[in-house]
Amino acid sequence: MRDRGFAPGRILIYLAVSLIAAAWLAPLVVVVLNSLRSNEEIAQASMIGWPQHWAWNNYVVAWSGFCVAETCAGIRPYMLNSALVTIPATIFSTLLGAIAGYAVSLWRFRGDNWIYGIVTLGLFLPQQMRLLPWTVVLRDIGLINTLTGLVLIHTIQGLSFTTLFCRNYYVAIPHELIRAARIDGAGFFRIFWRIILPLSGPILIVTVIWQFTHIWNEFLYGVTFTTGQQQPVTAALIALSAAVADIPQHGVQSAAVIIAALPTLLIYLLGGKYFVRGLTAGAVK
Amino acid sequence: MTNAVSIRPGRPVATELVRRLPEYLMIWVPLLLSAAHLVSFSLWTIWISFTPSTLIPVSGWVGLRNYSAVAASRNWQIAFDNLLLFGSAFVVLSAATGLVLAILLDQRIRGENVLRSIFLYPLAVSFVVTGTVWSWLLNPGLGIQKLVHDLGWTTFKFDWLIDRDMAIWTIVIAAIWQSSGFAMALFLAGLRSVDADIIKAAQIDGAGPVRIYRRIILPSLWPITITVVVIQLQFAISTFDLVRALTNGGPGIATQLPALVVYDLMFQRSLLGRGAAAAVLMLLILLAVLLPYAAWRYVQQRRAAHA
Repeated sequence: MRDRGFAPGRILIYLAVSLIAAAWLAPLVVVVLNSLRSNEEIAQASMIGWPQHWAWNNYVVAWSGFCVAETCAGIRPYMLNSALVTIPATIFSTLLGAIAGYAVSLWRFRGDNWIYGIVTLGLFLPQQMRLLPWTVVLRDIGLINTLTGLVLIHTIQGLSFTTLFCRNYYVAIPHELIRAARIDGAGFFRIFWRIILPLSGPILIVTVIWQFTHIWNEFLYGVTFTTGQQQPVTAALIALSAAVADIPQHGVQSAAVIIAALPTLLIYLLGGKYFVRGLTAGAVK
Repeated sequence: MTNAVSIRPGRPVATELVRRLPEYLMIWVPLLLSAAHLVSFSLWTIWISFTPSTLIPVSGWVGLRNYSAVAASRNWQIAFDNLLLFGSAFVVLSAATGLVLAILLDQRIRGENVLRSIFLYPLAVSFVVTGTVWSWLLNPGLGIQKLVHDLGWTTFKFDWLIDRDMAIWTIVIAAIWQSSGFAMALFLAGLRSVDADIIKAAQIDGAGPVRIYRRIILPSLWPITITVVVIQLQFAISTFDLVRALTNGGPGIATQLPALVVYDLMFQRSLLGRGAAAAVLMLLILLAVLLPYAAWRYVQQRRAAHA
Protein backbone atom coordinates (compact mmCIF):
# COMPACT_ATOMS: atom_id res chain seq x y z
CA MET A 1 0.00 0.00 0.00
CA ARG A 2 2.84 2.39 0.56
CA ASP A 3 4.88 1.52 -2.51
CA ARG A 4 6.20 4.25 -4.73
CA GLY A 5 6.25 4.15 -8.52
CA PHE A 6 3.63 4.95 -11.09
CA ALA A 7 1.01 2.30 -11.01
CA PRO A 8 -2.42 3.31 -12.37
CA GLY A 9 -3.62 3.32 -8.79
CA ARG A 10 -1.29 6.17 -7.93
CA ILE A 11 -2.44 8.21 -10.92
CA LEU A 12 -6.01 7.80 -9.66
CA ILE A 13 -4.96 8.96 -6.21
CA TYR A 14 -3.31 12.09 -7.63
CA LEU A 15 -6.32 12.74 -9.84
CA ALA A 16 -8.77 12.44 -6.95
CA VAL A 17 -6.75 14.57 -4.59
CA SER A 18 -6.22 17.30 -7.21
CA LEU A 19 -9.90 17.43 -8.08
CA ILE A 20 -10.91 17.80 -4.44
CA ALA A 21 -8.22 20.43 -3.89
CA ALA A 22 -9.53 22.37 -6.91
CA ALA A 23 -13.05 22.23 -5.48
CA TRP A 24 -11.75 23.48 -2.13
CA LEU A 25 -9.90 26.37 -3.75
CA ALA A 26 -12.72 27.29 -6.13
CA PRO A 27 -14.71 29.55 -3.76
CA LEU A 28 -11.59 31.58 -2.95
CA VAL A 29 -10.60 31.87 -6.61
CA VAL A 30 -14.12 32.91 -7.61
CA VAL A 31 -14.24 35.66 -5.00
CA VAL A 32 -10.75 36.94 -5.82
CA LEU A 33 -11.66 37.12 -9.51
CA ASN A 34 -14.97 38.81 -8.74
CA SER A 35 -13.25 41.38 -6.60
CA LEU A 36 -11.49 42.43 -9.82
CA ARG A 37 -14.59 42.55 -12.04
CA SER A 38 -16.91 45.51 -12.26
CA ASN A 39 -20.40 45.25 -10.79
CA GLU A 40 -21.91 45.62 -14.27
CA GLU A 41 -19.76 42.86 -15.73
CA ILE A 42 -20.88 40.45 -13.00
CA ALA A 43 -24.52 41.47 -13.38
CA GLN A 44 -24.40 40.72 -17.13
CA ALA A 45 -22.66 37.35 -16.83
CA SER A 46 -22.46 35.29 -13.62
CA MET A 47 -20.45 35.32 -10.41
CA ILE A 48 -18.06 32.84 -11.98
CA GLY A 49 -15.85 34.28 -14.66
CA TRP A 50 -12.57 35.84 -15.70
CA PRO A 51 -12.26 39.64 -15.42
CA GLN A 52 -12.50 41.42 -18.79
CA HIS A 53 -11.19 44.65 -17.34
CA TRP A 54 -9.28 44.59 -14.12
CA ALA A 55 -11.44 46.64 -11.77
CA TRP A 56 -8.89 47.46 -9.11
CA ASN A 57 -11.14 50.29 -8.10
CA ASN A 58 -13.38 47.78 -6.30
CA TYR A 59 -10.82 47.65 -3.52
CA VAL A 60 -10.75 51.42 -3.17
CA VAL A 61 -14.53 51.57 -2.94
CA ALA A 62 -14.69 48.59 -0.57
CA TRP A 63 -11.98 50.00 1.68
CA SER A 64 -13.22 53.55 2.03
CA GLY A 65 -16.14 54.31 -0.27
CA PHE A 66 -19.33 52.30 -0.03
CA CYS A 67 -22.27 53.27 2.13
CA VAL A 68 -24.07 51.39 4.89
CA ALA A 69 -27.06 53.38 6.11
CA GLU A 70 -25.99 57.05 5.90
CA THR A 71 -22.27 56.61 6.51
CA CYS A 72 -20.05 56.16 3.48
CA ALA A 73 -16.67 55.20 4.90
CA GLY A 74 -16.26 51.76 3.38
CA ILE A 75 -15.07 48.80 5.41
CA ARG A 76 -12.12 50.66 6.96
CA PRO A 77 -13.77 51.77 10.25
CA TYR A 78 -15.07 48.23 10.84
CA MET A 79 -11.67 46.71 10.15
CA LEU A 80 -10.27 49.14 12.68
CA ASN A 81 -12.98 48.12 15.18
CA SER A 82 -12.13 44.46 14.72
CA ALA A 83 -8.43 45.19 15.20
CA LEU A 84 -9.12 47.28 18.32
CA VAL A 85 -11.13 44.41 19.81
CA THR A 86 -9.06 41.47 18.61
CA ILE A 87 -5.54 42.66 19.42
CA PRO A 88 -6.07 43.71 23.08
CA ALA A 89 -8.39 40.76 23.81
CA THR A 90 -5.86 38.33 22.33
CA ILE A 91 -3.00 39.81 24.38
CA PHE A 92 -4.97 39.96 27.65
CA SER A 93 -6.51 36.52 27.40
CA THR A 94 -3.22 34.91 26.39
CA LEU A 95 -1.23 36.57 29.16
CA LEU A 96 -3.79 35.88 31.88
CA GLY A 97 -4.31 32.35 30.59
CA ALA A 98 -0.56 31.70 30.68
CA ILE A 99 -0.33 32.86 34.30
CA ALA A 100 -3.43 30.91 35.28
CA GLY A 101 -2.22 27.80 33.46
CA TYR A 102 1.16 28.13 35.17
CA ALA A 103 -0.46 28.53 38.58
CA VAL A 104 -2.79 25.59 38.10
CA SER A 105 -0.19 23.21 36.70
CA LEU A 106 3.02 24.03 38.60
CA TRP A 107 2.20 26.11 41.63
CA ARG A 108 -0.78 24.21 42.98
CA PHE A 109 -3.04 25.83 45.55
CA ARG A 110 -6.16 24.91 47.44
CA GLY A 111 -9.15 24.43 45.15
CA ASP A 112 -7.10 24.57 41.96
CA ASN A 113 -8.64 21.47 40.42
CA TRP A 114 -12.12 22.71 41.13
CA ILE A 115 -11.71 26.12 39.65
CA TYR A 116 -9.81 24.78 36.66
CA GLY A 117 -12.60 22.28 36.03
CA ILE A 118 -15.23 25.02 36.08
CA VAL A 119 -13.20 27.31 33.83
CA THR A 120 -12.79 24.60 31.19
CA LEU A 121 -16.57 24.11 31.12
CA GLY A 122 -16.51 27.40 29.25
CA LEU A 123 -15.31 25.46 26.21
CA PHE A 124 -18.71 23.84 25.96
CA LEU A 125 -21.25 26.34 27.28
CA PRO A 126 -23.18 27.74 24.29
CA GLN A 127 -22.91 31.47 23.68
CA GLN A 128 -26.70 31.64 23.78
CA MET A 129 -26.62 30.91 27.52
CA ARG A 130 -24.52 34.04 28.07
CA LEU A 131 -26.21 36.54 25.77
CA LEU A 132 -28.78 37.93 28.21
CA PRO A 133 -26.45 38.12 31.22
CA TRP A 134 -23.77 39.88 29.17
CA THR A 135 -26.37 42.35 27.94
CA VAL A 136 -27.32 43.20 31.50
CA VAL A 137 -23.72 43.34 32.75
CA LEU A 138 -22.53 45.51 29.87
CA ARG A 139 -25.45 47.86 30.34
CA ASP A 140 -24.84 48.13 34.09
CA ILE A 141 -21.17 48.99 33.71
CA GLY A 142 -21.84 51.30 30.77
CA LEU A 143 -19.97 49.27 28.17
CA ILE A 144 -22.87 48.29 25.90
CA ASN A 145 -22.17 49.24 22.29
CA THR A 146 -18.47 49.85 22.98
CA LEU A 147 -15.36 48.12 21.75
CA THR A 148 -14.13 47.95 25.35
CA GLY A 149 -17.17 45.82 26.17
CA LEU A 150 -16.26 43.34 23.44
CA VAL A 151 -12.65 43.26 24.65
CA LEU A 152 -13.91 42.42 28.15
CA ILE A 153 -16.15 39.61 26.88
CA HIS A 154 -13.50 38.04 24.68
CA THR A 155 -10.85 38.30 27.40
CA ILE A 156 -12.98 36.57 30.03
CA GLN A 157 -14.39 33.94 27.69
CA GLY A 158 -11.05 33.34 26.03
CA LEU A 159 -9.59 32.38 29.39
CA SER A 160 -11.22 28.96 29.14
CA PHE A 161 -9.17 28.17 26.04
CA THR A 162 -5.95 29.93 26.94
CA THR A 163 -5.81 28.44 30.45
CA LEU A 164 -6.42 24.96 29.03
CA PHE A 165 -3.78 25.30 26.30
CA CYS A 166 -1.12 26.65 28.65
CA ARG A 167 -1.92 24.32 31.53
CA ASN A 168 -1.64 21.25 29.29
CA TYR A 169 1.70 22.52 28.04
CA TYR A 170 3.13 23.45 31.45
CA VAL A 171 2.11 20.16 33.04
CA ALA A 172 5.02 18.54 31.19
CA ILE A 173 7.58 20.83 32.85
CA PRO A 174 9.30 18.93 35.68
CA HIS A 175 8.30 20.08 39.14
CA GLU A 176 11.90 19.82 40.34
CA LEU A 177 12.73 22.85 38.26
CA ILE A 178 10.19 24.92 40.16
CA ARG A 179 11.11 23.43 43.52
CA ALA A 180 14.78 24.24 43.05
CA ALA A 181 13.97 27.81 42.07
CA ARG A 182 11.75 28.20 45.14
CA ILE A 183 14.49 26.95 47.43
CA ASP A 184 16.70 29.62 45.91
CA GLY A 185 14.11 32.13 47.05
CA ALA A 186 12.47 32.87 43.72
CA GLY A 187 8.80 33.85 43.95
CA PHE A 188 5.77 33.26 41.77
CA PHE A 189 6.45 36.02 39.26
CA ARG A 190 10.20 35.61 39.09
CA ILE A 191 9.84 31.91 38.28
CA PHE A 192 7.24 32.72 35.66
CA TRP A 193 9.37 35.42 34.11
CA ARG A 194 12.73 33.65 34.28
CA ILE A 195 11.87 29.97 33.81
CA ILE A 196 8.37 29.49 32.43
CA LEU A 197 8.11 32.27 29.89
CA PRO A 198 11.34 31.38 28.07
CA LEU A 199 9.99 27.84 27.66
CA SER A 200 6.60 29.03 26.44
CA GLY A 201 7.36 30.12 22.87
CA PRO A 202 5.44 27.42 20.97
CA ILE A 203 2.36 27.39 23.20
CA LEU A 204 2.10 31.17 23.22
CA ILE A 205 2.18 31.22 19.41
CA VAL A 206 -0.52 28.53 19.28
CA THR A 207 -2.65 30.42 21.78
CA VAL A 208 -2.24 33.80 20.12
CA ILE A 209 -3.12 32.42 16.68
CA TRP A 210 -6.12 30.57 18.05
CA GLN A 211 -7.43 33.57 19.98
CA PHE A 212 -6.82 36.03 17.16
CA THR A 213 -8.59 33.86 14.61
CA HIS A 214 -11.55 33.20 16.88
CA ILE A 215 -12.07 36.75 18.02
CA TRP A 216 -11.58 38.25 14.56
CA ASN A 217 -14.10 35.81 13.08
CA GLU A 218 -16.64 36.10 15.89
CA PHE A 219 -20.04 37.39 14.84
CA LEU A 220 -22.80 36.76 17.41
CA TYR A 221 -21.45 38.99 20.20
CA GLY A 222 -20.49 41.67 17.72
CA VAL A 223 -23.95 41.86 16.22
CA THR A 224 -25.70 41.59 19.60
CA PHE A 225 -23.75 44.10 21.67
CA THR A 226 -22.79 46.72 19.11
CA THR A 227 -24.63 48.68 16.45
CA GLY A 228 -23.79 50.97 13.56
CA GLN A 229 -20.30 52.40 13.55
CA GLN A 230 -19.20 50.31 16.54
CA GLN A 231 -19.60 46.94 14.84
CA PRO A 232 -16.76 44.55 14.04
CA VAL A 233 -16.15 43.65 10.41
CA THR A 234 -18.08 40.37 10.45
CA ALA A 235 -21.25 42.18 11.46
CA ALA A 236 -20.50 44.95 8.95
CA LEU A 237 -20.32 42.43 6.10
CA ILE A 238 -23.83 41.24 6.90
CA ALA A 239 -25.02 44.85 7.17
CA LEU A 240 -23.41 45.59 3.79
CA SER A 241 -25.19 42.66 2.12
CA ALA A 242 -28.48 43.86 3.54
CA ALA A 243 -27.82 47.48 2.54
CA VAL A 244 -27.12 46.67 -1.10
CA ALA A 245 -29.71 43.89 -1.42
CA ASP A 246 -31.76 45.87 -3.97
CA ILE A 247 -28.87 46.87 -6.23
CA PRO A 248 -26.14 44.32 -5.53
CA GLN A 249 -22.55 45.47 -5.99
CA HIS A 250 -20.94 42.09 -6.22
CA GLY A 251 -17.54 43.35 -7.31
CA VAL A 252 -17.24 45.69 -4.35
CA GLN A 253 -18.77 43.15 -1.97
CA SER A 254 -16.24 40.55 -3.09
CA ALA A 255 -13.41 42.98 -2.44
CA ALA A 256 -14.85 43.68 1.02
CA VAL A 257 -15.04 39.95 1.75
CA ILE A 258 -11.40 39.48 0.72
CA ILE A 259 -10.27 42.40 2.89
CA ALA A 260 -12.23 41.10 5.88
CA ALA A 261 -10.80 37.59 5.51
CA LEU A 262 -7.24 38.72 4.84
CA PRO A 263 -5.87 39.08 8.42
CA THR A 264 -6.77 35.54 9.50
CA LEU A 265 -5.78 34.06 6.13
CA LEU A 266 -2.36 35.73 6.38
CA ILE A 267 -1.90 34.43 9.90
CA TYR A 268 -2.86 30.97 8.68
CA LEU A 269 -0.33 31.15 5.85
CA LEU A 270 2.43 32.35 8.16
CA GLY A 271 1.70 30.11 11.13
CA GLY A 272 -0.09 27.13 9.60
CA LYS A 273 1.74 24.58 11.73
CA TYR A 274 0.73 26.33 14.95
CA PHE A 275 -2.78 26.90 13.66
CA VAL A 276 -3.27 23.17 13.16
CA ARG A 277 -1.73 22.40 16.53
CA GLY A 278 -4.25 24.70 18.21
CA LEU A 279 -7.04 23.05 16.27
CA THR A 280 -6.11 19.56 17.38
CA ALA A 281 -5.16 20.65 20.91
CA GLY A 282 -8.61 22.18 21.29
CA ALA A 283 -10.10 18.94 20.03
CA VAL A 284 -8.47 16.54 22.43
CA LYS A 285 -9.71 18.36 25.48
CA MET B 1 -4.86 55.05 59.97
CA THR B 2 -5.25 51.33 60.38
CA ASN B 3 -3.85 50.18 57.11
CA ALA B 4 -0.30 49.79 58.40
CA VAL B 5 -1.25 46.91 60.68
CA SER B 6 -0.50 44.18 58.23
CA ILE B 7 3.05 45.22 57.44
CA ARG B 8 4.05 45.83 61.03
CA PRO B 9 6.92 43.51 61.96
CA GLY B 10 6.09 40.61 64.22
CA ARG B 11 3.01 39.59 62.26
CA PRO B 12 4.47 37.14 59.80
CA VAL B 13 1.21 35.70 58.47
CA ALA B 14 -0.23 39.06 57.54
CA THR B 15 3.10 40.25 56.17
CA GLU B 16 3.36 37.18 54.04
CA LEU B 17 -0.16 37.76 52.80
CA VAL B 18 0.57 41.34 51.77
CA ARG B 19 3.85 40.37 50.16
CA ARG B 20 2.13 37.73 48.10
CA LEU B 21 -0.97 39.77 47.40
CA PRO B 22 0.00 40.55 43.76
CA GLU B 23 0.35 36.90 42.87
CA TYR B 24 -2.89 35.95 44.61
CA LEU B 25 -4.65 38.67 42.65
CA MET B 26 -3.10 37.56 39.35
CA ILE B 27 -4.03 33.92 39.95
CA TRP B 28 -7.45 34.30 41.47
CA VAL B 29 -9.06 37.31 39.86
CA PRO B 30 -9.08 36.01 36.25
CA LEU B 31 -9.92 32.43 37.25
CA LEU B 32 -12.67 33.52 39.62
CA LEU B 33 -14.12 35.95 37.08
CA SER B 34 -14.15 33.24 34.45
CA ALA B 35 -15.64 30.56 36.70
CA ALA B 36 -18.11 32.95 38.34
CA HIS B 37 -19.41 34.25 35.03
CA LEU B 38 -19.90 30.73 33.69
CA VAL B 39 -21.82 29.56 36.73
CA SER B 40 -23.83 32.70 37.43
CA PHE B 41 -24.66 33.39 33.78
CA SER B 42 -25.92 29.85 33.32
CA LEU B 43 -28.01 29.94 36.48
CA TRP B 44 -29.35 33.38 35.60
CA THR B 45 -30.41 32.33 32.10
CA ILE B 46 -32.04 29.20 33.54
CA TRP B 47 -33.87 31.34 36.10
CA ILE B 48 -35.08 33.79 33.43
CA SER B 49 -36.48 30.86 31.48
CA PHE B 50 -38.92 30.26 34.34
CA THR B 51 -40.06 33.89 34.61
CA PRO B 52 -42.64 35.86 32.59
CA SER B 53 -39.89 38.25 31.33
CA THR B 54 -40.54 39.89 28.01
CA LEU B 55 -38.81 43.19 27.16
CA ILE B 56 -36.85 43.32 30.42
CA PRO B 57 -35.99 40.65 32.98
CA VAL B 58 -38.63 40.45 35.72
CA SER B 59 -39.08 38.10 38.64
CA GLY B 60 -42.03 35.80 38.95
CA TRP B 61 -42.67 32.17 38.21
CA VAL B 62 -44.43 30.68 35.23
CA GLY B 63 -43.20 27.14 35.60
CA LEU B 64 -42.57 25.47 32.28
CA ARG B 65 -44.85 27.76 30.32
CA ASN B 66 -42.00 29.32 28.34
CA TYR B 67 -40.74 25.88 27.43
CA SER B 68 -44.11 24.66 26.25
CA ALA B 69 -44.60 27.86 24.25
CA VAL B 70 -41.23 27.42 22.54
CA ALA B 71 -41.73 23.71 21.93
CA ALA B 72 -45.18 24.35 20.47
CA SER B 73 -44.00 27.10 18.12
CA ARG B 74 -43.59 26.29 14.45
CA ASN B 75 -40.30 28.15 14.44
CA TRP B 76 -38.75 25.83 17.00
CA GLN B 77 -40.22 22.66 15.51
CA ILE B 78 -38.75 23.48 12.11
CA ALA B 79 -35.47 24.48 13.74
CA PHE B 80 -35.31 21.20 15.65
CA ASP B 81 -36.11 19.07 12.60
CA ASN B 82 -33.51 21.01 10.64
CA LEU B 83 -30.96 20.45 13.36
CA LEU B 84 -31.54 16.69 13.25
CA LEU B 85 -31.17 16.62 9.47
CA PHE B 86 -28.34 19.12 9.23
CA GLY B 87 -26.54 17.67 12.24
CA SER B 88 -26.57 14.07 11.03
CA ALA B 89 -25.92 14.83 7.34
CA PHE B 90 -23.14 17.26 8.09
CA VAL B 91 -21.45 15.08 10.70
CA VAL B 92 -21.52 11.93 8.59
CA LEU B 93 -20.47 13.62 5.35
CA SER B 94 -17.74 15.80 6.84
CA ALA B 95 -16.28 12.85 8.76
CA ALA B 96 -16.40 10.73 5.60
CA THR B 97 -14.82 13.48 3.52
CA GLY B 98 -12.16 14.04 6.16
CA LEU B 99 -11.39 10.32 6.32
CA VAL B 100 -11.10 10.01 2.53
CA LEU B 101 -8.82 13.06 2.40
CA ALA B 102 -6.68 11.69 5.22
CA ILE B 103 -6.32 8.29 3.54
CA LEU B 104 -5.42 9.94 0.22
CA LEU B 105 -2.84 12.16 1.87
CA ASP B 106 -1.40 9.19 3.72
CA GLN B 107 -0.28 7.53 0.45
CA ARG B 108 3.10 9.28 0.52
CA ILE B 109 2.08 11.68 -2.19
CA ARG B 110 4.09 14.65 -3.33
CA GLY B 111 2.99 18.07 -2.20
CA GLU B 112 1.27 16.76 0.88
CA ASN B 113 1.91 19.96 2.83
CA VAL B 114 0.41 22.17 0.14
CA LEU B 115 -2.63 19.93 -0.19
CA ARG B 116 -3.14 19.83 3.55
CA SER B 117 -3.01 23.63 3.68
CA ILE B 118 -5.64 23.81 0.91
CA PHE B 119 -8.05 21.54 2.79
CA LEU B 120 -7.55 23.42 6.04
CA TYR B 121 -7.64 27.06 4.93
CA PRO B 122 -11.45 27.40 5.19
CA LEU B 123 -11.06 26.99 8.96
CA ALA B 124 -9.16 30.27 9.08
CA VAL B 125 -11.98 32.34 7.59
CA SER B 126 -15.14 33.34 9.40
CA PHE B 127 -18.50 31.65 8.90
CA VAL B 128 -19.80 35.01 7.76
CA VAL B 129 -17.34 34.99 4.87
CA THR B 130 -18.04 31.35 4.07
CA GLY B 131 -21.80 31.91 4.16
CA THR B 132 -21.61 35.01 1.98
CA VAL B 133 -19.42 33.36 -0.63
CA TRP B 134 -21.56 30.24 -0.84
CA SER B 135 -24.72 32.33 -1.02
CA TRP B 136 -23.30 33.73 -4.27
CA LEU B 137 -22.15 30.39 -5.67
CA LEU B 138 -25.44 28.67 -4.90
CA ASN B 139 -27.66 31.56 -6.00
CA PRO B 140 -29.35 30.19 -9.14
CA GLY B 141 -29.38 33.60 -10.83
CA LEU B 142 -25.72 34.31 -10.12
CA GLY B 143 -23.65 31.26 -9.42
CA ILE B 144 -23.23 27.71 -10.63
CA GLN B 145 -26.65 27.39 -12.29
CA LYS B 146 -26.19 30.69 -14.16
CA LEU B 147 -22.74 29.64 -15.33
CA VAL B 148 -23.98 26.31 -16.69
CA HIS B 149 -26.88 28.10 -18.42
CA ASP B 150 -24.49 30.58 -20.02
CA LEU B 151 -22.39 27.68 -21.24
CA GLY B 152 -25.42 26.40 -23.16
CA TRP B 153 -27.07 23.77 -20.93
CA THR B 154 -30.18 25.83 -20.27
CA THR B 155 -32.27 23.12 -18.60
CA PHE B 156 -29.70 22.58 -15.85
CA LYS B 157 -31.23 23.18 -12.45
CA PHE B 158 -29.42 23.74 -9.17
CA ASP B 159 -31.62 26.04 -7.12
CA TRP B 160 -31.52 24.51 -3.65
CA LEU B 161 -30.93 27.94 -2.13
CA ILE B 162 -34.47 29.05 -3.02
CA ASP B 163 -36.10 25.64 -2.68
CA ARG B 164 -37.82 25.24 0.69
CA ASP B 165 -37.22 21.50 0.82
CA MET B 166 -33.60 21.54 -0.26
CA ALA B 167 -32.30 24.83 1.22
CA ILE B 168 -30.99 23.13 4.36
CA TRP B 169 -28.61 21.15 2.15
CA THR B 170 -26.89 24.37 1.05
CA ILE B 171 -25.87 24.81 4.68
CA VAL B 172 -24.63 21.23 4.74
CA ILE B 173 -22.50 21.93 1.65
CA ALA B 174 -20.96 25.10 3.05
CA ALA B 175 -20.35 23.49 6.45
CA ILE B 176 -18.63 20.49 4.84
CA TRP B 177 -16.41 22.80 2.82
CA GLN B 178 -15.53 24.74 5.94
CA SER B 179 -14.76 21.96 8.37
CA SER B 180 -13.90 18.68 6.65
CA GLY B 181 -10.26 19.75 6.88
CA PHE B 182 -10.56 19.58 10.64
CA ALA B 183 -11.70 15.96 10.50
CA MET B 184 -8.89 15.28 8.02
CA ALA B 185 -6.27 16.70 10.40
CA LEU B 186 -7.43 14.47 13.26
CA PHE B 187 -7.75 11.35 11.09
CA LEU B 188 -4.34 11.94 9.56
CA ALA B 189 -2.80 12.11 13.03
CA GLY B 190 -4.60 8.84 13.81
CA LEU B 191 -3.41 7.12 10.64
CA ARG B 192 0.17 8.12 11.37
CA SER B 193 0.03 6.66 14.86
CA VAL B 194 -0.92 3.14 13.73
CA ASP B 195 1.83 0.75 14.75
CA ALA B 196 4.06 0.23 11.69
CA ASP B 197 5.17 -3.20 12.91
CA ILE B 198 1.64 -4.56 12.83
CA ILE B 199 1.22 -3.33 9.26
CA LYS B 200 4.53 -4.85 8.25
CA ALA B 201 3.56 -8.16 9.83
CA ALA B 202 0.28 -8.17 7.92
CA GLN B 203 2.10 -7.40 4.68
CA ILE B 204 4.43 -10.31 5.27
CA ASP B 205 1.39 -12.50 5.82
CA GLY B 206 0.27 -11.48 2.35
CA ALA B 207 -2.49 -9.04 3.20
CA GLY B 208 -3.27 -6.50 0.47
CA PRO B 209 -3.73 -2.77 1.07
CA VAL B 210 -7.55 -2.92 1.11
CA ARG B 211 -7.49 -5.70 3.65
CA ILE B 212 -4.96 -3.89 5.81
CA TYR B 213 -7.11 -0.79 5.83
CA ARG B 214 -10.29 -2.68 6.62
CA ARG B 215 -8.88 -5.02 9.24
CA ILE B 216 -6.16 -3.03 10.96
CA ILE B 217 -6.08 0.68 10.22
CA LEU B 218 -9.75 1.70 10.13
CA PRO B 219 -10.73 -0.18 13.32
CA SER B 220 -7.96 1.63 15.18
CA LEU B 221 -9.51 4.98 14.18
CA TRP B 222 -12.71 4.45 16.19
CA PRO B 223 -11.77 6.64 19.16
CA ILE B 224 -10.78 9.50 16.84
CA THR B 225 -13.99 9.08 14.86
CA ILE B 226 -16.03 9.51 18.00
CA THR B 227 -14.09 12.64 18.94
CA VAL B 228 -14.60 14.08 15.44
CA VAL B 229 -18.32 13.33 15.54
CA VAL B 230 -18.79 14.91 18.96
CA ILE B 231 -16.92 18.08 18.06
CA GLN B 232 -18.74 18.46 14.75
CA LEU B 233 -22.06 17.89 16.54
CA GLN B 234 -21.16 20.59 19.03
CA PHE B 235 -20.53 22.91 16.10
CA ALA B 236 -23.78 21.89 14.38
CA ILE B 237 -25.86 22.56 17.47
CA SER B 238 -24.55 26.09 17.86
CA THR B 239 -24.51 27.00 14.14
CA PHE B 240 -25.58 30.60 13.77
CA ASP B 241 -23.28 32.82 11.66
CA LEU B 242 -23.18 30.44 8.72
CA VAL B 243 -26.95 30.34 8.34
CA ARG B 244 -27.27 34.04 9.03
CA ALA B 245 -24.95 34.81 6.11
CA LEU B 246 -26.04 32.04 3.75
CA THR B 247 -29.85 31.89 3.94
CA ASN B 248 -30.78 34.00 6.98
CA GLY B 249 -33.13 31.17 7.90
CA GLY B 250 -34.97 31.35 4.58
CA PRO B 251 -36.66 30.84 2.22
CA GLY B 252 -39.38 31.76 4.74
CA ILE B 253 -38.24 29.88 7.83
CA ALA B 254 -37.14 26.76 5.95
CA THR B 255 -33.55 26.82 7.25
CA GLN B 256 -34.30 27.92 10.79
CA LEU B 257 -31.94 26.48 13.43
CA PRO B 258 -32.15 26.64 17.26
CA ALA B 259 -29.49 29.35 17.61
CA LEU B 260 -31.47 31.58 15.23
CA VAL B 261 -34.66 30.98 17.18
CA VAL B 262 -32.91 32.04 20.40
CA TYR B 263 -31.64 35.24 18.81
CA ASP B 264 -35.01 35.99 17.25
CA LEU B 265 -36.90 35.53 20.54
CA MET B 266 -34.40 37.48 22.64
CA PHE B 267 -33.53 40.43 20.45
CA GLN B 268 -36.12 40.72 17.71
CA ARG B 269 -39.34 39.79 19.48
CA SER B 270 -38.14 40.80 22.98
CA LEU B 271 -39.52 37.67 24.60
CA LEU B 272 -36.67 37.15 27.05
CA GLY B 273 -38.30 34.33 29.00
CA ARG B 274 -38.93 32.29 25.88
CA GLY B 275 -35.54 33.14 24.44
CA ALA B 276 -33.88 31.91 27.64
CA ALA B 277 -35.99 28.75 27.51
CA ALA B 278 -34.84 28.11 23.93
CA ALA B 279 -31.22 28.68 25.01
CA VAL B 280 -31.63 26.16 27.84
CA LEU B 281 -33.12 23.68 25.36
CA MET B 282 -30.00 24.16 23.20
CA LEU B 283 -27.87 23.44 26.25
CA LEU B 284 -29.87 20.27 26.93
CA ILE B 285 -29.39 19.08 23.34
CA LEU B 286 -25.68 19.72 23.73
CA LEU B 287 -25.57 17.82 27.03
CA ALA B 288 -27.33 14.88 25.37
CA VAL B 289 -24.25 14.66 23.14
CA LEU B 290 -21.52 15.63 25.60
CA LEU B 291 -22.48 13.64 28.70
CA PRO B 292 -22.36 10.22 27.00
CA TYR B 293 -19.08 11.30 25.41
CA ALA B 294 -17.65 12.32 28.78
CA ALA B 295 -18.74 8.98 30.26
CA TRP B 296 -17.13 7.13 27.36
CA ARG B 297 -13.90 9.09 27.77
CA TYR B 298 -13.90 8.32 31.48
CA VAL B 299 -14.29 4.59 30.87
CA GLN B 300 -11.55 4.67 28.22
CA GLN B 301 -9.16 6.43 30.57
CA ARG B 302 -9.94 4.02 33.39
CA ARG B 303 -9.28 1.11 31.05
CA ALA B 304 -6.02 2.66 29.86
CA ALA B 305 -4.94 3.20 33.46
CA HIS B 306 -5.59 -0.46 34.32
CA ALA B 307 -3.97 -1.86 31.21
